Amino acid sequence: MDISLQQVGYSYAKGTPFEKRALYEVNASIRTGSYTAIIGHTGSGKSTLLLHLNGLLKPTEGVVRVGDVSITADTKAKELKKIRRHVGIVFQFPEHQLFEETVEKDIMFGPLNFGIPEEEARQRAHELIRLLGLPEDVAQKSPFDLSGGQMRRVAIAGVLAFKPSVLILDEPTAGLDPRGRKEIMELFTKLHKEEGLTTILVTHSMEDAARYADQVLVMHEGRSVMAGAPEEVFGDAERLKAFRLGLPRSVAFQHKVEKLFGKRFGTLALTEEQLAKTIAEALKEEGER
Amino acid sequence: MLEKMIFGRYVPGNSFVHRLDPRSKLLFVFLFIVAVFLANNTATYALLLAFTLLVISIARIRLYFLFNGLKPILFLIIFTLLMHFIFTKEGALLIDWKFLKIYEEGVRQGIYISIRFLVLVLMTTILTLTTSPISITDGMETLLNPLKRFKLPVHELALMMSISLRFIPTLMDETDKILKAQLARGSDLTSGTVKERIRAVVPLLVPLFVSAFKRAEDLAIAMEVRGYRGGEGRTRYRQLDWQWRDTVVIILFLVLVVALFWLRGGN
Ligand SMILES: Nc1ncnc2c1ncn2[C@@H]1O[C@H](COP(=O)(O)OP(=O)(O)O)[C@@H](O)[C@H]1O
Ligand SMILES: [Mg+2]
Repeated sequence: MDISLQQVGYSYAKGTPFEKRALYEVNASIRTGSYTAIIGHTGSGKSTLLLHLNGLLKPTEGVVRVGDVSITADTKAKELKKIRRHVGIVFQFPEHQLFEETVEKDIMFGPLNFGIPEEEARQRAHELIRLLGLPEDVAQKSPFDLSGGQMRRVAIAGVLAFKPSVLILDEPTAGLDPRGRKEIMELFTKLHKEEGLTTILVTHSMEDAARYADQVLVMHEGRSVMAGAPEEVFGDAERLKAFRLGLPRSVAFQHKVEKLFGKRFGTLALTEEQLAKTIAEALKEEGER
Repeated sequence: MLEKMIFGRYVPGNSFVHRLDPRSKLLFVFLFIVAVFLANNTATYALLLAFTLLVISIARIRLYFLFNGLKPILFLIIFTLLMHFIFTKEGALLIDWKFLKIYEEGVRQGIYISIRFLVLVLMTTILTLTTSPISITDGMETLLNPLKRFKLPVHELALMMSISLRFIPTLMDETDKILKAQLARGSDLTSGTVKERIRAVVPLLVPLFVSAFKRAEDLAIAMEVRGYRGGEGRTRYRQLDWQWRDTVVIILFLVLVVALFWLRGGN
């Protein structure tokens, strides 16, 4: 499902003294099967933008297109529910949405709502428990008895369970330990690659954006200010700095090494592995001369 | 989604009403609620309504904003009005159309009661719209202070109130977030049978309670850690300050009461 936003604007509490403008003239285009990272300072409108992508908010101006549905200020609620079947969203701290008596039931909540037969939903729940690396016996436990990291995984499973074709992730690893963070990010990459899941990731980690995404969108004060391949976006350190964003650690390190060598390398090192390779090549060249 | 509801919310401002001492406002609203029951004819109800509109304009609150925010309550008022129109069968017959018979007394009673309800809601809403929750509790605590002699835990009650007021917006935000999360998982509160709709509230309430209890526990620990020991000997950061305007308000109230007595029909 291709997604596009044209001149999208949104105000919270429109028409009251609490009115708060969150988005201005946002443009973006997300192709089927792509992996898009959205970065931006806190309060730049990333979460508000995500809510538009599955019809939880309707733009006050402009058009959001999801597949063949267009959402504008006057789209009916019924239309919106159809979109939610195909666009899954994992909110920030998704463990706050758990409510069922057992983990299995909680994961089955989404699928049952969208009309998937009970047996299939149950089977899917057990598959996901395994896929997310949770112990088997967790299925019949109360979600409130689990550790924070396990609750997070159950909540993520609850969204994956209805097999959306677009997966939206709002800072999915915030508050996890480094290992859990890596495991979960690897899992999303695997789903993206193996099942062709269109993935949209909001993150504060420039490293994650550089490593996993094939497109980066930069938000600043409610506007979409930069978009492009990670090489392009992270190649423009000056502009990123103006939006109060830093560089991925590997790119920052590359800049230092470049200074030392007194010349620029051809490619931008988006990951540590790539950085090591680039430096090795540079050293070899140096040795040959 | 709940952002339009204004009952119980505070909007900072700088009008005459905003700058009043919370004690005079509280006292006024409390006495006004009692005085509303003095009205018993068209003149007195009209006076109450006019007075309320005057207060709204002095507080510089836009009428559209006020009524838009109180929509659910207005529906309740209109419902009461209709019930009276339909079910009170006294006085002259005004309309007789098929099953529908509307009598003069029904219309009169309906309008009176609606006005009573409306001015009560408007006045209390103006109070909370123009007074910060902290001021309200401070004022309440001072006004109730004499009751300490009768072993009423005034400070604790005020604290409970300020904590609840403080957490209303937080809980509203939380509700909004959880609602969105469950909607995203295909839950639907707006369609289906009554039974289905009631069941659809469970996924909303359980997480809300869990987080409210967690918050309460965190707050209790935070207070304990910072040495909170109750009201004994506790001083205040903000001192209340009774000024000429506050005296004006009380005088205005007395004028209102005299006018109500004067216009009141005898019985
Ligand atoms: N429910 C809401 N009501 C009013 N304002 C909001 C609400 N949610 C977010 N905002 C405001 O909208 C702006 C964008 O917020 P958000 O989309 O959450 O940013 P981000 O996710 O990039 O941190 C912020 O200024 C925020 O204060
Ligand atoms: Mg956010």
